[in-house]
Amino acid sequence: MIPLILIGPLSVSIITGLLALLISIMDKIVNNYGEVKLDINGGQKVLTVSGGSTLLSTLAEQKIFIPSACGGKGTCGTCKVTVTTDIGPHAATETPLLTGKEIKENVRLSCQVKVKKDLSIQIPEDLFAIRRFKTTVESIVDLTHDIKEVYLKLDDPPEVNFKAGQYAQFIIPPYGKIKESTQRAYSMNSTPQDKNRLGFLIRLVPGGIATTYVHTLLKTGDKLEVIAPVGQFRLHESGAIMLCIAGGSGMAPLHSIIFDLVNRGVTDRQVWYFFGARNKKELFYFERFQELEQKWSNFHFIAALSEPLPDDNWKGDVGLITDVLDSYLKDKIKPDFPKEGYLCGSPGMIDACIRVLKAHDVTDENIFYDKF
Amino acid sequence: MTPDINPIVLFFASVFTSNILLANFLGMCSFIAISKDFKSANGLGLAVIIVLLITSVLNWAVYHLILVPLNLEYLRFIVFIIVIAASVQILEMVIDRISPALYMTLGIFLPLITVNCAILGVVLLLQIRNYSFVQSAVFGLGSGIGWWIAIISLAAIRKKLEKAPIPAGLKGPGITFITIGLMAMAFMGFSGILSVQ
Repeated sequence: MIPLILIGPLSVSIITGLLALLISIMDKIVNNYGEVKLDINGGQKVLTVSGGSTLLSTLAEQKIFIPSACGGKGTCGTCKVTVTTDIGPHAATETPLLTGKEIKENVRLSCQVKVKKDLSIQIPEDLFAIRRFKTTVESIVDLTHDIKEVYLKLDDPPEVNFKAGQYAQFIIPPYGKIKESTQRAYSMNSTPQDKNRLGFLIRLVPGGIATTYVHTLLKTGDKLEVIAPVGQFRLHESGAIMLCIAGGSGMAPLHSIIFDLVNRGVTDRQVWYFFGARNKKELFYFERFQELEQKWSNFHFIAALSEPLPDDNWKGDVGLITDVLDSYLKDKIKPDFPKEGYLCGSPGMIDACIRVLKAHDVTDENIFYDKF
Repeated sequence: MTPDINPIVLFFASVFTSNILLANFLGMCSFIAISKDFKSANGLGLAVIIVLLITSVLNWAVYHLILVPLNLEYLRFIVFIIVIAASVQILEMVIDRISPALYMTLGIFLPLITVNCAILGVVLLLQIRNYSFVQSAVFGLGSGIGWWIAIISLAAIRKKLEKAPIPAGLKGPGITFITIGLMAMAFMGFSGILSVQ
């Protein structure tokens, strides 16, 4: 005999259990979308996948990596994909991260769209090349008090093809108080010719999850996974004068672009690189660029210090990078020749530089930038 | 003792004279929150009808076929709530499948039906009043339809109110509460016709 007192709990458990079973069975029936077809870029690639998950994770399972800085939480708005099949109105989680034009053009956040039926989607061609790499940390070098140069050796796959200026997503594992894996984007500092490894410049951001991890925990020999290559910032093949502007770790994509030109022997283009820093302590790769200036007559390296210390014995340009850029554009750089701006840095610095470039008739479509 | 009420009378009574919202004031929060938009009000109203019908029938069966024979009437709250939660969970999955658009517009209010007091209220009323199976089904359906009529009426009125010259201090919730009060008074006009206890 069951003790009387147990009849109540047992009955409740049995009722609850039966209802839970019913829900599970319904879930199997209702959430089973079977096999669905994903048509990418109008028949360029047709995938048969099992429905029910988000578009972002479904594509990731098929080794197509849509960039996603927040890891599918619907907060960063980078995983945009055009869905041409009608899948109903945009969700309330999507609209704040899309422009009115994008909503009209059926751009969706792939992390918020569930694959429930056959879908036709449009994604940039470049995304097909994106891979997830297993890597080993080859070297970590201090360049300044808060910038480290990090090289990752590629283990699997062992080679990468990218365009100078693109970036990679670091997958930072959970550590300490951080309970979830985090993804952060860093531009490649190494050149595309260096196929077996990727180099980065990583500045310590106080409180930053990924930069703190790289600066305090990552050691040579550690394993790290990255997703690469991503991004539209790159060299545009024209004859225009290149005006490159970046300070601090923003140098990475420009370093890659400039040395890519050197490696490929494209030395007929005029390149001006403006590097802004506060004092000499924040200057790095200085000798490397000065040497390059000697070898390559069309390359000009302008380092400007805004607050040089007395000990610096600084003989170069002094002032904010915008003022230095302005004075060079007035006096030293051929005024009537077509120019392209390549900028990398904080939004404030980029906006200020764009104003200077526009004042010197460099048009919007010739200004390329990577804000971070 | 099962009260001797004709199910048809009970149906009309639960829709009009003892309207769950406007006569008993149960299920107010989603009534006010979702009535801003007619389409979602209609969707939520229909969802409430289905949940009320299902949970009335299921809970009647659970109460009379399991709890009463086992002398476990005192467990009714926990059991009723579990049955309601499971029904809502299943309904949520079905709506997501059939109409993603409705699923999106209902958003958080769909799972919130679980704790909508109109639902538990109806289930407890039919247990307290000792309704028969048919009476319970009819009372559940009628209360659901009553709730639906109340929310779409309010949604329609609020649509008109958008263009009305309302004093600044009364805009939004203020005028909505006054409107609901007037609606409740209008529904009280039905009260002499049928009386159901």
